[in-house]
Amino acid sequence: MTRKVVITGLGATTPIGGDVPTMWNNALKGVSGARTLEDEWVATYELPVHFAARCSTPALEVLSRVEAKRMDPSTQFGVIASREAWADSGITEIDPDRLAVAFATGIGGVWTLLNAWDTLKEKGPRRVLPMTVPMLMPNGVAAAVSLDLGARAGAHTPVSACASGTEALHLGLELIRSGKADVVMCGGAEAAIHPMPLAAFASMQALSRRNDDPQGASRPYDLGRDGFVMGEGAGALVLEAEEHAIARGARIYGELAGTSVTADAYHITAPDPQGLGATRALKAAMFDGRIQAEDVVHVNAHATSTPVGDKPEYTALRASLGNHIDNVAVSATKSQMGHLLGASGAVEAVLTVLAVYHRKAPVTINLENQDPEIPLDVVTSARDLPAGDVVALSNSFGFGGHNAVIAVRSI
Amino acid sequence: MASNEEILAGLAEIVNEETGLAPEAVEVDKSFTEDLDIDSISMMTIVVNAEEKFGVRIPDEEVKNLKTVGDAVSFIAGAQA
Repeated sequence: MTRKVVITGLGATTPIGGDVPTMWNNALKGVSGARTLEDEWVATYELPVHFAARCSTPALEVLSRVEAKRMDPSTQFGVIASREAWADSGITEIDPDRLAVAFATGIGGVWTLLNAWDTLKEKGPRRVLPMTVPMLMPNGVAAAVSLDLGARAGAHTPVSACASGTEALHLGLELIRSGKADVVMCGGAEAAIHPMPLAAFASMQALSRRNDDPQGASRPYDLGRDGFVMGEGAGALVLEAEEHAIARGARIYGELAGTSVTADAYHITAPDPQGLGATRALKAAMFDGRIQAEDVVHVNAHATSTPVGDKPEYTALRASLGNHIDNVAVSATKSQMGHLLGASGAVEAVLTVLAVYHRKAPVTINLENQDPEIPLDVVTSARDLPAGDVVALSNSFGFGGHNAVIAVRSI
Repeated sequence: MASNEEILAGLAEIVNEETGLAPEAVEVDKSFTEDLDIDSISMMTIVVNAEEKFGVRIPDEEVKNLKTVGDAVSFIAGAQA
């Protein structure tokens, strides 16, 4: 008998809200977190993209100065989201040897790395901070969360580009099912709104250039889509063995019923145009959760707003759910908060869990002329989801051909 | 050239910036590790910041001899002389 795993705590800091209640409220209203960047470096380096979606609450308004000093900005966001999720779970006592961490990032401490490189060049090796290595290492966020919670059953950092956050949930589910932990703090964190990653993503033609209209730039499924909008932040979810949650009388948001991870082995960045890897991931997650297509009422799509990315996901959804996809409410929440890279899967998982719990699908903004090749039922104003036993899916795909899917079932 | 009082005040500022400890807690007889709970990584950051602030060089092999705040004040005063 497989252990059932439930979600009992949620946390987030995002461009549309510095905590879960604010983010959820905005996600149902439909707002954009994208803004013109006022930083000097946009002009200094003549960046072709002048906007991004920064976290609405700066980390330094939440963490103390001394605490923040020892963390890369990505880790700061991760710790903020983790603390909110932990408080939300209501767990007061736990055997630390039964508490694990699976906290992902796509890029890791890029600010720390590049600041240290600038310091080395300008001031010499003596001025490179001794905390540089622990701050830039990609496992820094999982390590900081583990230290913060006293979690001793392992601290893991799945790294699979923009699928990382979703892969963390896959790993968390496995850790509980296999009996290695009773509770896992899962999540993803990213802080890459720095001129170098902006230049690099722009160089590969992945970013929207809609500089005169940042709020209208992230437009998944729209014919005018021209790339994604860089976001930042973190999402966190407390996964718990069902019997553990019931024994302490926890509030249960839903069940993490199934997950899966596949690889395209097709191209280093381009998605398989037939969406074959994504299809296998969707089917495997549904099989894992014993889910029939008809159970699925909502999908939080990966949908980054790139010309080439959005369509293969649609192809995969139709291949996995058949014509039932026409009855599924699809939300592309990157339209509101941009693409949080390694954090996106975790934040979208939080939204997916809330959609199932509150029976409401969040809004996709900026859809004016829907691409006729992507005939999905896209949620453009907050919509009620049906009562009864339902399932929602969340997809994430990453450079490298990584595909990760989670399935959340109502309790 | 800074007086010992000025060096102490400057060090207290650096320690406060790095650890959040109140500047008045940074007294000459306090041990960095035992009393102020400063780990080796923070100590190196404090040393490098002190080098910049006071225009001195504190060799790595000297850092282990700086057990108390007073040791650091004396070393910096001597190095400035």
